[in-house]
Amino acid sequence: MNQKEQVRQFIESNLIVFEDEADLKDDDNIFQLGYVNSLFAMKLLNYIESEFNVKIETDEMDIKNFSSINNIIALLDRKLGVTE
Amino acid sequence: MTFSKEVKCIVWDLDNTIWDGVLTEPGDVQLKPGLIEVIKELDRRGILHSIASKNNYEDAWKQLKAFGIGEYFLYPEIHWDTKSGSISKIRENLNIGMDTIVFIDDQPFERDEVSSVHTEVETFDAVDFQSFIENPRFMPRFITEDSGRRRLMYQEELVRKKDEEVYKGPQEGFLSTLNMEFAISEAKEEDLQRAVELTERTNQLNATGRTYSYEELQSYMTSDDHKLYICELTDKYGSYGKIGLALVEITEGHWHLKMMLMSCRVLSRSVGTVLMTYIMNQAKSEGKKLRADFKQTDRNKMMYVTYRFSNFSELENDGQGNIVFENDLTQIQPFPHYIKVELPEDITDNSTLMVK
Repeated sequence: MNQKEQVRQFIESNLIVFEDEADLKDDDNIFQLGYVNSLFAMKLLNYIESEFNVKIETDEMDIKNFSSINNIIALLDRKLGVTE
Repeated sequence: MTFSKEVKCIVWDLDNTIWDGVLTEPGDVQLKPGLIEVIKELDRRGILHSIASKNNYEDAWKQLKAFGIGEYFLYPEIHWDTKSGSISKIRENLNIGMDTIVFIDDQPFERDEVSSVHTEVETFDAVDFQSFIENPRFMPRFITEDSGRRRLMYQEELVRKKDEEVYKGPQEGFLSTLNMEFAISEAKEEDLQRAVELTERTNQLNATGRTYSYEELQSYMTSDDHKLYICELTDKYGSYGKIGLALVEITEGHWHLKMMLMSCRVLSRSVGTVLMTYIMNQAKSEGKKLRADFKQTDRNKMMYVTYRFSNFSELENDGQGNIVFENDLTQIQPFPHYIKVELPEDITDNSTLMVK
């Protein structure tokens, strides 16, 4: 499974959504689709750090970096040194 | 080592400590004279009780119930593993600091084993339980209605957790079944003792770590330039009591959140950000930005993440963990639909109705 699908699956199984959504698209804003409470935020961070073996620095804990699957993958790419 | 923190939980051995005698030996055990009065008085003060005993669980628990004191003990650890391990599990279940736990046992070996692993835990010989009544560590500065209910609130939480385990659907569906009501109100005189207690006892979900005296909070409560909000959560199992507190300074250009905290007891209830959402909306309705003081510690990472994911950015950071956040309020999440939120304005409306 690629990173994008892993992240999507994690969000879909943990995010409390405002409405029953059929699909979570790569560029959907999860802060507008669901209720991002403290527990979800910590779970998401812990998941990304442990699953992909990266350390999220405090200056990277910006809402923009986590607001969509695409933005999370872009953050991971920067941290893992992936070049396009 | 000096022990000075107010005690939140006493972990008791059983044989020759709670009762005279050893349960697995012939002959009856006898409850120690005067012990039940000590347990009840400390329970009234809001101090919790638990057990770390090397015994057979069923026999020991049956004996405690026969003495009529089983209801006072939360998360008992009755097995043949180490007592230091038992205390670790008790601390984890209660979600309190290790330095707020004390341990009482008749055996020097057991006391020393616990001390060797948990240096922050003060230990007592079994003969010392009478001293608890007069020991300053066992005297919370304020004893409120919520203090006497603390054990019951943990017990209600246990019922909730069992229900949650049975429920197989998504978390949201379960939360909807709880009929949660979250009431935000401006603090009144009768709230101040509990408010002081919250600032002193809340560490992990505390944005600044500051404590406040009764007089300080009283002056903020009556100040025209400040808002002191206190929150209560109830659900179908009962009331959690007053579990959240926030202090806001209002200036010409912005609201400044000087303190915000939420009791860890409600961590799993997903209500932590409701208070923040309310404050953000209030500041925005006045056309102002929102600033917030924050003290970064090793215990409040969740709070830091919560602020950042609410679109706060660092306005100032002194490099020693003292941060001032700012939020332009362009993104505010709504209240979750599974929580009925009662606002200070609702209370004002009710007051108006009563006047008519």
